[in-house]
Amino acid sequence: MDKFLEQLPIVFGALNIGFLQTLKLFFVTLIGAFPLGLVIAFGSMSRFKPISYIAKVIVWIIRGTPLMIQLLILYYFPGLVFHQAIWGGGENGRFTAAAISFIINYSCYFSEIYRGGIQSVPKGQEEAGLVLGMTRSQIFRHVTLLQMIKNILPPISNEILTLVKDTSLARIIALQEIIWAGQSFMKGSHGISGAIWPLFFTALYYLIWNGIMTVLLGKLEKKLEYFR
Amino acid sequence: MSILEVQHIRKSFGNTEVLKDISFSLEEGQVLSIIGSSGSGKTTLLRCLNFLEKPNGGVIKVKGGVLYDSADPATQLESQIREKRLHFGLVFQSFNLFPQYTALGNVMLAPTLHAKERPDYKQNKAQITAQIEAQARDLLTEIGLEDRMDSYPHQLSGGQCQRVAIARALALKPDILCFDEPTSALDPELTGEVLKVIKGLAQVHTTMIIVTHEMAFARDVASQVIFMDGGTICEQGPPEQVFGNPRNERTKQFLSRYNEDR
Repeated sequence: MDKFLEQLPIVFGALNIGFLQTLKLFFVTLIGAFPLGLVIAFGSMSRFKPISYIAKVIVWIIRGTPLMIQLLILYYFPGLVFHQAIWGGGENGRFTAAAISFIINYSCYFSEIYRGGIQSVPKGQEEAGLVLGMTRSQIFRHVTLLQMIKNILPPISNEILTLVKDTSLARIIALQEIIWAGQSFMKGSHGISGAIWPLFFTALYYLIWNGIMTVLLGKLEKKLEYFR
Repeated sequence: MSILEVQHIRKSFGNTEVLKDISFSLEEGQVLSIIGSSGSGKTTLLRCLNFLEKPNGGVIKVKGGVLYDSADPATQLESQIREKRLHFGLVFQSFNLFPQYTALGNVMLAPTLHAKERPDYKQNKAQITAQIEAQARDLLTEIGLEDRMDSYPHQLSGGQCQRVAIARALALKPDILCFDEPTSALDPELTGEVLKVIKGLAQVHTTMIIVTHEMAFARDVASQVIFMDGGTICEQGPPEQVFGNPRNERTKQFLSRYNEDR
């Protein structure tokens, strides 16, 4: 027991550092994927056929294959095939590769949610705006956007909760996120080895973070209840 | 000179010809009622006037100026359509209010966005906004919604929603205000309050085109009546003539239902 209490601060210190990396990947993915998803959504709804075709094929490939494969390919392909170490060897390189994979992957999922959200706003809203002499971009910003956000909030919330847990996939390219940090105590780190219990605590981090996200997203949903 | 001249408008969707050679004109301050069964092309005609549909043929003139000519591509430039639309206002059957704005916000939105394009907007922002708000409040008061200005559409009855929609259209001071079956989504009681507002507008000589199934109202409020059937105008004239003494067989048939009901 004494030993456990001695090890606890060491383990939490390492897990905290790992979790910071997890959160960094989480936020960078959201910041990148929210706007990129909108671009892909507009692409797939484009009246110019080649663009909508390309967007749809990209979405099909990205949604149709595991994120883990996308991560592995993006990270190792340039080095192994072209002998170009574009990511460098360090943690920063791994993070960049992971962030790009995650942003591409999540923006494809978001794009489909956006598309559904845009199409769920009645056509009459756009027509009312047009008749009032508004431009299409004014209509989107001042009329359609908020209605769309309200409509897509539940499925987007779902994706956000999934993303929290999906960040652990970056472990496969040895990104030093929280799973990596927890696992390191099995092999030996900071003078602790053969310890499985730190891994249980990593689960607690995810659980608490997702709890916070659930509450925040619920609040946002409530906030948009003032209109129907 | 007529405020509106519509000449030989044709519109097809695929192989279906919805409007076949529609021509009529409207004088300033007059009210035109368009009646006819569902699918006769009434709504499509209004949508063509508001540039929500592009006619395949014909000419639309407002105050003598050509707004649209199917033979002249220069009148069909996408960049000018926005401005041309402002000659017309349109009140929809399903209101189409913006749900995230209050009644006041719905009326103010488009005038505010238009004002932002004025070169002096940044300098006189407060003054311009106050002016737009005052005008919106006046309009809502006129239609009897002074105590519902801060309500959201879902908190209003259908009749109140439609009245807000009328105020929203009026806020842009269109030359011609169009109504597409404005009471078809309302129960008889709520229909009354909307019709009263439209009658009030007719009394102050607002130029209007009203597509409606309310025959008594159409007869009452109109200075001209058009009966449409199968994409053509079957009969056209003052209400006493079209309702009292229809000449066209199809008109007689259509109106016999209404006369029986009375």
